[in-house]
Amino acid sequence: MNQWAFVTAAYGLAALVTLGLVAWAYLSMRKAEADVEAVKRRS
Amino acid sequence: MHGYANPARFLKLARPATAWLLAVGALLLLGGVYGGLAVTPPDYLQGETVRILYIHVPAAWLGMAGWASIAAASISQLVWRHPLAAVAGRAVAPTGATFAALCLATGSIWGRPTWGTWWEWDGRLTSMLILLFLYLGYIALASAERERGGEGRMAALFGLVGAVNLPIIHYSVLWWRTLHQGQSISITQGSTIAPELLWPLPLTMVGFTAIFAAAVLMLMRADLARTRLEARLRRSAAE
Repeated sequence: MNQWAFVTAAYGLAALVTLGLVAWAYLSMRKAEADVEAVKRRS
Repeated sequence: MHGYANPARFLKLARPATAWLLAVGALLLLGGVYGGLAVTPPDYLQGETVRILYIHVPAAWLGMAGWASIAAASISQLVWRHPLAAVAGRAVAPTGATFAALCLATGSIWGRPTWGTWWEWDGRLTSMLILLFLYLGYIALASAERERGGEGRMAALFGLVGAVNLPIIHYSVLWWRTLHQGQSISITQGSTIAPELLWPLPLTMVGFTAIFAAAVLMLMRADLARTRLEARLRRSAAE
């Protein structure tokens, strides 16, 4: 059993999940704040 | 805490804090991961798989710390009606759920070569799985309450009741000595892990915690912006 395959899988998954979480949180924030600015400009 | 009850004051602090937390978190994680993968020696018993420790333990800590934060926010909301408490609870829930799921997944990957199985209905594993389900329940309840325009009091009660699971997770390795190893690091008794294996762990613990905090701040900012947008749209519709 190649132990490095398990280590790589765990680190790869952690990197994917962490980057995905940060990207999702950032895009949610940017979109919500841009929507507020767009409504402000219209009114 | 009540000094930051004003969302405008909170946002003034949260904007620079988000960038700093992301930068510090990324640097610490890079250092910790490099140390854990390239510098520390393999364990005499577990071999190379011990390196999974540096991501599994922070994920477990953040899964539990996330729910402890939800419980604290729930008390703050139910007792003092802190205006940001429900916002904080809604932001922490998906972040904590992500790390609880990551803890279960990395533990499963670690378990296969170490125990010979991907999963076992062991006390620690099962109570951690229950924590993930509690997160999913909280997310569904808090979202439903927000959509109905509620204050989030039901979600806050759920957050408090769910905190009962935290001591169960913590003491599970003492109460049911099955497959998961016992406590290796204790505040009072120190660590049973050799120092040459241990040193990258504080780096990844603090690094992941900073990333967690940054994600929570960004989700809180998104939630507050949506609230502002809804208020503006309601005012426009009323005029």
